[in-house]
Amino acid sequence: MREEIKSLKIRQMPETTVRRHVIAVRVQHNVGVLSRITGLFAGRGYNIESLTVGQTHEPNIARITIVVNGDERVVEQIIKQLRKLIETLKVRDITDVPHIERELALIKIHTADSSVRDEVMRLVNIFRAKVIDVSPDTYTVEITGDQDKINAFIDLVRPFGLKDVSRTGVLAVVRESQKDKVEI
Amino acid sequence: MPKKRGADIVVDVLIEEKVDTVFGLPGGAIMEVYDALFNAPFKNILTRHELAACHMADGYARATGKVGVVMATSGPGATNLVTGLATAHMDSVPLVAITGQVPTHYIGTDAFQEADVTGITRPVTKHNFLVTDIKDLALILREAFYIARTGRPGPVLVDIPKDITQQVYDYKMPTLKDVEEALPGYKPHYEGNIAQIKKAAKLIRQAKRPILYVGGGAVAAEAQEELVKLAEMAKIPVTTTLMGKGAFPEDHPLALHMLGMHGTYYANMAVYNSDLLIAVGSRFDDRVTGKIDEFAPEAKIIHIDIDPASISKTIHVDVPIVGDVKKVLQKLIKELERKPVEWDEARESWIKLIEKWKIEHPLTYDRKSKIIKPEYVVEEIYNITKGEAIITAGVGQHQMWAAMFYKYKFPRQFINSGGLGTMGFGFPAAVGAKIARPDKEVIAIEGDGSFLMNIQDIATAVQYRVPVKVAILNNEFLGMVRQWQELFYDSRYSSVCLSTQPDFVKLAESFGAVGLRATKPSEVKKVLKEAMSINDRPVIMDFAVDREENVLPMVPAGKSYREMILHPGEKGEAETMYLVG
Repeated sequence: MREEIKSLKIRQMPETTVRRHVIAVRVQHNVGVLSRITGLFAGRGYNIESLTVGQTHEPNIARITIVVNGDERVVEQIIKQLRKLIETLKVRDITDVPHIERELALIKIHTADSSVRDEVMRLVNIFRAKVIDVSPDTYTVEITGDQDKINAFIDLVRPFGLKDVSRTGVLAVVRESQKDKVEI
Repeated sequence: MPKKRGADIVVDVLIEEKVDTVFGLPGGAIMEVYDALFNAPFKNILTRHELAACHMADGYARATGKVGVVMATSGPGATNLVTGLATAHMDSVPLVAITGQVPTHYIGTDAFQEADVTGITRPVTKHNFLVTDIKDLALILREAFYIARTGRPGPVLVDIPKDITQQVYDYKMPTLKDVEEALPGYKPHYEGNIAQIKKAAKLIRQAKRPILYVGGGAVAAEAQEELVKLAEMAKIPVTTTLMGKGAFPEDHPLALHMLGMHGTYYANMAVYNSDLLIAVGSRFDDRVTGKIDEFAPEAKIIHIDIDPASISKTIHVDVPIVGDVKKVLQKLIKELERKPVEWDEARESWIKLIEKWKIEHPLTYDRKSKIIKPEYVVEEIYNITKGEAIITAGVGQHQMWAAMFYKYKFPRQFINSGGLGTMGFGFPAAVGAKIARPDKEVIAIEGDGSFLMNIQDIATAVQYRVPVKVAILNNEFLGMVRQWQELFYDSRYSSVCLSTQPDFVKLAESFGAVGLRATKPSEVKKVLKEAMSINDRPVIMDFAVDREENVLPMVPAGKSYREMILHPGEKGEAETMYLVG
């Protein structure tokens, strides 16, 4: 009898791996819609890496880009729950679709030491960033690019001393040039 | 249209939505609406607690399929609804809750009786609204009804600040088209993908050991006729979940009754050994599956559900079909009529094997007991009502006995809190069901613990002369917790003894209801007979039952069906279950 138990079949579960997902969402821009969306993540004990929201060209329609780290099953379930919200118009995981990501950051760098300023300017030029405000002891730099570029810039200027960093979070759109019929 | 007060617009929309009963309790912020209700052409039931009002509206909705309506004032009135909304949300019950809110200019100031009600209820409703402009009021209310009853049904809350109920506006009743245009992102999927349906039909033809596993979605979709047809034409045995009770007649030869934690031996054995599981409006709840990777380990799974988010949530399915259960079953039946299932020996022996399990291990209890067995009371309720009554239950042991020992024949016949497991649900739900279905006998099978949680609303039932019956299976314990303590905590009965309790007979009488009691098995029938003869007041029956009776069989939480606990002395293959295929 024991052998029979041993030979029991076990239901196979699909394997999943944790990775970064970029989710694009279009919503009716009503009061409270953002809290419905963030609530889905919070209620599952799930941290959002970044979330951006803004108006589109259509009236009362906003576009939200969410970046999360998670395994396929959890992300799939969250996407289904997002679709279930009454005010969402479209939800799509664009992680594996050719797409463009951009982020903007405003970075205050300590430049009281004058020798630092040249080095900062050099980096600003290399990264095609801009100095948008200057005070006796700081430069404020504006930089756009994908997350990796901004992370790289911040790592390079960190040794000079950072006073503040403000990032928008990731914006993403599917590439028109390589669009695979579906649009968001 | 003449100019109207916000409160009168609320009443107009309720009339437009053909509401015939509203349950609730007034207070400061919703007084204007109650003023408008004074002359309204529908019933307005004053309850003694907002939670009871919510459960009554819920019972009303479950008994009819119509949208239940509940009203409460701001702050504590609204927060008292939360458990009721969560109960309805988990079991997909269509409700509209209308709550008063402090006047617009006081919102966010910690005003008297202010609470962020849309914030608090967001995770426990299908959707909710805060009205900020009287121009939107009628449309939002109509959207609320539309959202509540379509797709996967659920509760919707509309929070209306007091000043908006007092303002006057020249409004026009929004049409269904206006409602649909206001909800561009809400498009429930009803039809079901035909390619997937063909795949399902193919699996059904190939299967040797198929089982239908039917849940509350089949009740909501009113799909009994289709289910019976499918089961009979392909000769597939049917097991139902707690929420699916009545979706398939339990006196049918193919009925296997409930599966899962307190499922029958034969239903669980059949599911465990099946090679094809056809899930119909069910959602693979943990109380059904037990240990998920040993749930029907050999079976391919077809899952029919209106909610895409229910599919592959806890278990991977082979053929998902998103759509209305009734419509999908109709198409599936057509497909199987086009090319029927070929009957062979393997399928014949599957039916025979299940028949054997059914004969060897029926639901059972000690019928010779000198103490009243709770199962006996439920069986006698079944006998005296000829299986025709609507039964409601609270949550706990009595709920399981009510599910196991009454044979349900028609959908919406068994009303209980399956998903959330809300104690105190049974009695108010029975009041709501009886108001909705005065033609039916409605009996709340309650536990002594559960019943006390909404005892105050006996007054409501007496006031409106609602002749519901309550059968308390009184074991002076929080019985289900006690059972778990006995089985899994070495009988350390921590905080479960309820022997300090009111005299339920005197209590009933003090409310103006009738109280009856049975303390011996020989008194049970007499008490039931007397109760059934009373039809102008509620009747509370107190049955002093065996204090330490356990609900069996039982699959302990998170365990495999193999580890099913049977009645003492009952021998099963459960412990050494092996696959028959």
